Amino acid sequence: MSEVLLDPVAVARGLRRVAGEIAEHGGVRDLALIGIRRGGEPLAERLTALLRELEGEAPPTGSIDITLYRDDAATALPNPKIGPSRIPFEVRGKRVVLVDDVLYTGRTIRAALDAVLDYGRPRRIELCVLVDRGGRELPIHPDYTVRRVELGPGQRIEVAQKDDGTWATIEESSTLGGT
Amino acid sequence: MGHHRRVIHPGGNVTTPRARYPHRHLLGIEALERTEILSILDAAESFFDVSRRSVRKVPTLRGKTVINLFYEPSTRTRTSFELAGKRLSADVINISVSTSSAVKGETLLDTVKNLEAMCPDVLVLRHQASGAPHYVASRTKAAVVNAGDGTHEHPTQALLDAFTIRRRKGRLEGLVVAICGDVLHSRVARSNALLLRKMGATVRFAGPRTLLPPAAESLGAEVHDRLEPALEGADVVMMLRVQRERLAGTFLPSTREYSRKFGLNEARLALAAPDAIVMHPGPMNRGVEIDPLVADGSRSVILDQVEAGVAVRMAVLWMLATEAEGEPTAGA
Repeated sequence: MSEVLLDPVAVARGLRRVAGEIAEHGGVRDLALIGIRRGGEPLAERLTALLRELEGEAPPTGSIDITLYRDDAATALPNPKIGPSRIPFEVRGKRVVLVDDVLYTGRTIRAALDAVLDYGRPRRIELCVLVDRGGRELPIHPDYTVRRVELGPGQRIEVAQKDDGTWATIEESSTLGGT
Repeated sequence: MGHHRRVIHPGGNVTTPRARYPHRHLLGIEALERTEILSILDAAESFFDVSRRSVRKVPTLRGKTVINLFYEPSTRTRTSFELAGKRLSADVINISVSTSSAVKGETLLDTVKNLEAMCPDVLVLRHQASGAPHYVASRTKAAVVNAGDGTHEHPTQALLDAFTIRRRKGRLEGLVVAICGDVLHSRVARSNALLLRKMGATVRFAGPRTLLPPAAESLGAEVHDRLEPALEGADVVMMLRVQRERLAGTFLPSTREYSRKFGLNEARLALAAPDAIVMHPGPMNRGVEIDPLVADGSRSVILDQVEAGVAVRMAVLWMLATEAEGEPTAGA
């Protein structure tokens, strides 16, 4: 069973609003966006393009792979694929906005915070997500959210990049291992 | 498969545990599949980036213990494993034979059993006896990494060489690699030949007749008793270290004689492909197997090999130490 939460029009509208909020919260000076691989990567790039439209200047954009920073890295996933992190700018002193597609337990964000801090000491770090689905296991809260929805543990959010744009759907995932 | 937590990551980033490296140990290249070699090299690319950041450390192996047990002197390999473990946040302990109980007569197995009581997750072993890591692997709970055993194998050296070649050449397949010097006694040559053949490269051995293995063809290598034909058109020239004790012995007449016939100088290197790279596992005998002008020249990737060593060993430790706990698996 699958139910559409955000269609491409809603995603585009939401990202535009969120880009405005990011700009309003401090402009683009010293701003940098970092997408969490892999779901956050394309969203960070779209936000960069929107910020260029809004402010006439695009913030530097990178991506980060959190595999080596997971709190279950040493036991649960013996041989996962580590993707490359790409941060082609100095993190030190920047206002960094972390971008991810779905915020759930908060463990990915915890890992991403540690990973970013190993590249340098940013002035501050903020969090932007497409969907906040509730169910946090750590005290982590997003600063910018396109859509918030409260889901049960048997449900999950699927974010897909299709030809016509980005879709977010709610899936009944009782057959999956879950958490 | 253990009942571990799996965080469902929307975007399809779910990975299959243990699919990429289904072995419990790294004892030699011989037991590895092509795809397993590739997954180690690919993982090493990410670890290579870690060593070039401002904070050269990731928390991945926090709480894990790596013991380097070295029965032969080694600075480079031991330091490289030590740094690899530390950059992964593991606790690393170094034990070398000259300072330990082995000189007091303790057997290898007793030493290993004693170390096992300290619950290491990975045991990195260098030993003068071929097969020692295999012997230990079947008698310990730790994952064993062969850091060089006798004249048998030195798998992490072959992996770091492959990593270095791939970064420079973009591929391994179809390359011609000349491995020159004391091939007979070289575990580096053996592991490299095994790996390069698996990856589709052509391997040529060159050295004095007394230092060529009798069954080189079984490793899939061409054999030359002169340097020149082996170098011709080669994409990679790998020089081996000449062991001092062999120069004075029955294998070779003298250092000067060896250098004149089998030393790599600029004139000889001109026979290789124009963009050929020069490698050496170290430590070098400058002026014996390699001319200083070549060793320090623009085609030398000898220091790249050292840097690659840390990344490759990080990948290996990571793959072995993150094995799902308490899982019975066949040895490799």
